[in-house]
Amino acid sequence: MYGAFMKAVLGLEDGTFVKGEGFGVPGERCGELVFSTQMTGYMEALTDPSYHGQILMFTFPQIGNYGVDTDNFQSKRVWAEGCVIREACAKPEHHDTIPHFFEQEGLSGISNVDTRKLTIITREQGTLRACLLAGDDNEEYAIQKARDEPFIEKKNLIPRVSVTGPCHIPGPGKKIAVLDLGIKKNMITSLRKRGADITLYPYHARKDEILEEGPDALFISNGPGDPASVTGTRKTVQDILGEIPIFGICMGNQICGLALGGETEKMKFGHRGANQPVQFRDGTVSITSQNHGFVLVEESLPEGCEMTYVNMNDGTLEGFCDPYLGIYCVQFHPEAHSGPHDTEKSFFDDMFARLS
Amino acid sequence: MPKDPAIKKVLLIGSGPIQIGQAAEFDFSGSQACRALREEGIEVVLVNSNPATIQTDPDMADVIYVEPLETDVIAKIIEKERPDGILSGMGGQTGLNMTAELAEMGALSGVQILGTPLQAIYQGEDREKFRDLMQEIHEPVPKSMIVSSMDLLGEAAELVGFPAIIRPAYTLGGSGGGIAHDMDELVRITELGLGKSRIHQVLIEESVAGWKEIEFEVMRDAADTCITICGMENVDPMGVHTGESVVVAPILTLRDDEFHLLRNAALKIIRALDVQGGCNIQFAYNNGDYRVIEVNPRVSRSSALASKATGYPIARVAAKIAIGLRLDEIQNNVTGTTPASFEPSIDYIVVKVPRWPFDKFKTADRSLTTAMKSTGEVMAIGRSLEEAFVKALHSIDTDIIRHTSLSEIRMILSRPTDERFPCLFDAFRQGMTALEIEELTKISPFFLEKIRNIVLMEEELKQGLTPERIRQAQRYGFSADEIAASAGVQVSELTGLLRDPVYKMVDTCSAEFPAQTPYFYSTYESACEIERSESSKVLILGSGPIRIGQGIEFDYCTVHAVQALREDGIEVHIVNNNPETVSTDFDTSDRLFFEPMNLPDVLHILKKDFYTGVMVQFGGQNSVNLAVPLKKAIDELGLPTRILGTTPDSMDVAEDRDRFSLLLDKLGIPTPPNTSATSEEEAKIKAETIGYPLLVRPSYVLGGRAMEIVHDSDELASYMQEAVRVSRTHPVLIDSFLSDAVELDVDAVCDGTDVLIGGIMEHIEVAGVHSGDSACVIPTQSLSASVLSRVTEYTKKIALGLGVVGLVNIQYAVKDDVVYVLEANPRASRTVPFVSKATGIPLAKLAAKIMMGKQIADLGYSQVAITHVAVKEVLLPFNKLPGVDTVLGPEMKSTGEVMGIDYDFGRAFYKACIAAHNPLPLKGNVFISVTDELKNGIIPVARSFIEAGLVLFGTSGTVDHLAQYDIPVNLLRKVKEGSPNVVDMIRAGQIHLIINNFGDKQSRHDHNRIMRVAVDYSIPYITTLQAAKAASQAIKTIKTEELTIEPLSFYIGSVQAR
Repeated sequence: MYGAFMKAVLGLEDGTFVKGEGFGVPGERCGELVFSTQMTGYMEALTDPSYHGQILMFTFPQIGNYGVDTDNFQSKRVWAEGCVIREACAKPEHHDTIPHFFEQEGLSGISNVDTRKLTIITREQGTLRACLLAGDDNEEYAIQKARDEPFIEKKNLIPRVSVTGPCHIPGPGKKIAVLDLGIKKNMITSLRKRGADITLYPYHARKDEILEEGPDALFISNGPGDPASVTGTRKTVQDILGEIPIFGICMGNQICGLALGGETEKMKFGHRGANQPVQFRDGTVSITSQNHGFVLVEESLPEGCEMTYVNMNDGTLEGFCDPYLGIYCVQFHPEAHSGPHDTEKSFFDDMFARLS
Repeated sequence: MPKDPAIKKVLLIGSGPIQIGQAAEFDFSGSQACRALREEGIEVVLVNSNPATIQTDPDMADVIYVEPLETDVIAKIIEKERPDGILSGMGGQTGLNMTAELAEMGALSGVQILGTPLQAIYQGEDREKFRDLMQEIHEPVPKSMIVSSMDLLGEAAELVGFPAIIRPAYTLGGSGGGIAHDMDELVRITELGLGKSRIHQVLIEESVAGWKEIEFEVMRDAADTCITICGMENVDPMGVHTGESVVVAPILTLRDDEFHLLRNAALKIIRALDVQGGCNIQFAYNNGDYRVIEVNPRVSRSSALASKATGYPIARVAAKIAIGLRLDEIQNNVTGTTPASFEPSIDYIVVKVPRWPFDKFKTADRSLTTAMKSTGEVMAIGRSLEEAFVKALHSIDTDIIRHTSLSEIRMILSRPTDERFPCLFDAFRQGMTALEIEELTKISPFFLEKIRNIVLMEEELKQGLTPERIRQAQRYGFSADEIAASAGVQVSELTGLLRDPVYKMVDTCSAEFPAQTPYFYSTYESACEIERSESSKVLILGSGPIRIGQGIEFDYCTVHAVQALREDGIEVHIVNNNPETVSTDFDTSDRLFFEPMNLPDVLHILKKDFYTGVMVQFGGQNSVNLAVPLKKAIDELGLPTRILGTTPDSMDVAEDRDRFSLLLDKLGIPTPPNTSATSEEEAKIKAETIGYPLLVRPSYVLGGRAMEIVHDSDELASYMQEAVRVSRTHPVLIDSFLSDAVELDVDAVCDGTDVLIGGIMEHIEVAGVHSGDSACVIPTQSLSASVLSRVTEYTKKIALGLGVVGLVNIQYAVKDDVVYVLEANPRASRTVPFVSKATGIPLAKLAAKIMMGKQIADLGYSQVAITHVAVKEVLLPFNKLPGVDTVLGPEMKSTGEVMGIDYDFGRAFYKACIAAHNPLPLKGNVFISVTDELKNGIIPVARSFIEAGLVLFGTSGTVDHLAQYDIPVNLLRKVKEGSPNVVDMIRAGQIHLIINNFGDKQSRHDHNRIMRVAVDYSIPYITTLQAAKAASQAIKTIKTEELTIEPLSFYIGSVQAR
């Protein structure tokens, strides 16, 4: 009934370990263990490059119910280091199963573990480094590997997820230069829906290279890891400040803040899910999709910056603008996929309205 | 936006009696709303005709009216109370309809409609307005046509094709609707539907049968912030009313993009409706295509389910929004730190299974359609769908027959009925494939595979027990009994192999934030979130799903017991599985367990923490039945827990015929001659010594299940032969039946030395009608002081003799001045809330305190003699269950109750009749046709009707008889004789009250037809002389006197003042 059983263990740096059933291929995967409370859109999350360097755990206990829907992938592949779930659906309504897909793609995951227990540990202790062993259940080894794993702040993740050279996606409308730090497909979809003529630039692109094409605006995408470590990109953005309007989402928001002289800090366990309430400065509240472990410190932003959105749960900054310099950024994901579409129109329509 | 300062006083309309389509969910929502408003300093005026509700308790609202939910009554209340606003969306469809009617009659000048605007009430309920709105905002609806006369049916059929769905406008729970597969069915259902519709209008609609049915609970505030609380998915595809479907939460089979396609539509719709509060929106979904099916711009049964499924208190938040607060200004009480403006995320799976009354109505059409037939529901929570399915089936308390014949299984699967869901398991057991089952049922293969997993687990266990198999079976929710049965071993062989469950918290946020709410479910995982503490705790067993015979009254008692203990600082926990109720609101008790309530489930809880006591008296017969086995198990396990109150042994004395008879003999209290038997032969021999007619029933049941009156040995034999499945191990009880006796119900509390009588109720129905179905009155109207003092004396003797500690209900029959004891039940009865409301004595609270060791003398209450009159009348479900026998008997059939209160019997009875939707006419035509035994008794009744200006019609026997007494009665033919008869006149709207009983088979047949038509056309009817007398008295009184419209405290206050 269960097929061949693959041993597996997840070890955490604090010495916690859970044994379960491995899926995908045998292997050893290390990274921060993070949890997402989204109940749908598991493949969107797994293929979101922002999860690179992290082991993604879903709090919803039954994952894979509608199979692996490649059309909704947010990039070409799964970027999460590994996947932790309570149960993987063996017979989804359509498509392939997650375990089979993981096997095909050479990925590893662990199922049949008490994800709620791990979530509570993460909530209480803050994000922990972890090691997922599939095909082996040596917990001591897993815990040691978790402790040996470099902190995410020390990892240089963006080069692995960014485009390698400029890439042009033609369109009839505004010319948008996109700094690709690991962009989700739906950001491009939202831009294209509005006719954008897009050029993706790698993280190391410089001001001249970007401005050469005469873009109407710079858009900075989401991306994995610690924004403070992306110093080259920050420099590029600093150089462009005031030249053309700049828009950013998630990592893009943080990079803009840093470029203005602000600071970011690591959050205890971050915001990951599809139910995060943010309040716009007019008082209205929107439900947003989020995935970030670092946050811009509001007080660190220079004069001239205005906080536009705030998280209703913990009061952290969810968006800011600098009207003088033409910077408009949000921390949450208006492009959704997964998650609510509530802010898609306001963010992208507003962006294009400012360009016309 | 702070709350609107213009709103200081709000009128809240309750939903009235429990009926099919409108159950306890509105007491849950309404109570939350009352509390939420009062927290904001708003004065709340409440009107509800249902006394068995927490919301009508003295401390729930500032002013409480227990009055009929009729516009003229409510208009008077508005005139008197002058509220600033009326909260329309808390009393179900009744509340919305009342609000609309009040507005239409101009009674709301100066009163703001809060929450659901008038326009949204119309748009939600009037099909044409709904369709127009959807078209305006470009949301797709099924092709359809509004029909208000039969001539348009042909055109409608052409437009939408077959099968076609018929939905009447303005009815409860889709009553009167259906699916037509051909023109004949279309004509029949439309005819009925038009009659049921308040505005004589039905919608004929394209069938989306077989599509996925998805619903969303949406909230919106005045600042236009919109959130969805919960998406839910029906296991039964479109074609079955969502209230009749097995439902799961969250939505499981939609991709993220599909989910948000529907969520976006839901947000667009609530904005277009301009609802400020909560709204339920239902969709049909099929491969990227969808239709908006229905919107309910109010709290609903689904919103109650969504609240319990997520922990998000929808009604509480909706009430605050209605007075102007924004979502972000309202706190999420679950986390205590985050605002209500978020969407819950859950980390478990919820399954709801409806509870149908077909065990009571064996002849009812069991097919499930777009009209509701269920009385209640259970909810189960698991970490897998398999576990939640199995736990739901453990909770439902229905005998599930296992089918093995493939042809029978195919028959059951091909048509949605209550049997279909459990039969899915049988289909897999008999080797059917998911594909075959999908073809027959259109149920998504995803759900079928989950059910198949459960059946495969059974198969695996058959291969032999291994620790891994046992572990997996437990994770799927299998009980020890089920594991043993599947493996073919004794439960005792599993000792040491089974693990205990852990308890996880329902927290609205999938553990993202620490939660304050003590709301738990069991599952089999590694970490438990309950930490054992050495402070003493009490566990109270709830009553499970609302069933006929075990209704909201027991939830009322459960909640009161909790309140009483909390008042005294005792930590009290509840276990229950009914998502509609106040008892399962997370802040009712110190800890809530949402669990099945079988012995192992309760024991697991008791083992997990330090419980000094457990209370089984309040939850009804199911929890009482656990007393003896629970006591045994507690002793075996050496737990420190006591069964509080009356001992299980004393309960057994009351239930055991022989032991009870011995006690009564000893006390010198007469009882109708009685005996018991376990076989047909024994029964026949014993019956001869008592003499017919006899009342027969199985022991240990509630609500008179399978109780009958038998008139001769043949009837007795067939009763004994019939499989009385409800009680396999207990004998059949045989009592002499006292014809024409007056029956009494007494509710009392006893502390072992003292007895406090809450009230003595006189039944208005004749003996033989189940006490739960009988209208009754406090104080008694026809009994002498000496009879009453004997009743009081017997009650005290029996309570003390039984050793009752807590509640006791005793039923008596009085015949020829002799008082006979019929039965004594040392537990909460369904009349406790009525007595408490009528007299102001909080019996259930007192009982709970007594069970904790207090004495009656210390509690400050004594028996009261009231000067007002309170009448309880019942709600019968016949209008929702086409084809069932409408004759009342010893088998309970009613679903709910109302109270009429006033200063004389006539007015109180009149109010009760209106409230029970059986309004007595003050003019028009009365049809009287009674058997010979009643012909003399009916004379003064008929005369009184004539004096009141009513016109009488009757059949030949009655006409001739009354003519002898100069009472003019117009002649009609008997039904079997053809036209013109009463049925034709009812159809023509020319009869306004029916008084009819039956004797022989033919008259019973006629009676059934008349009752059926009366039910279908909503004509009030009376079947007993007592009720006819009461009606005539009431009509006469109303002709000359005004109804008293005063709050409950006006009556009760005067009692306590004395």
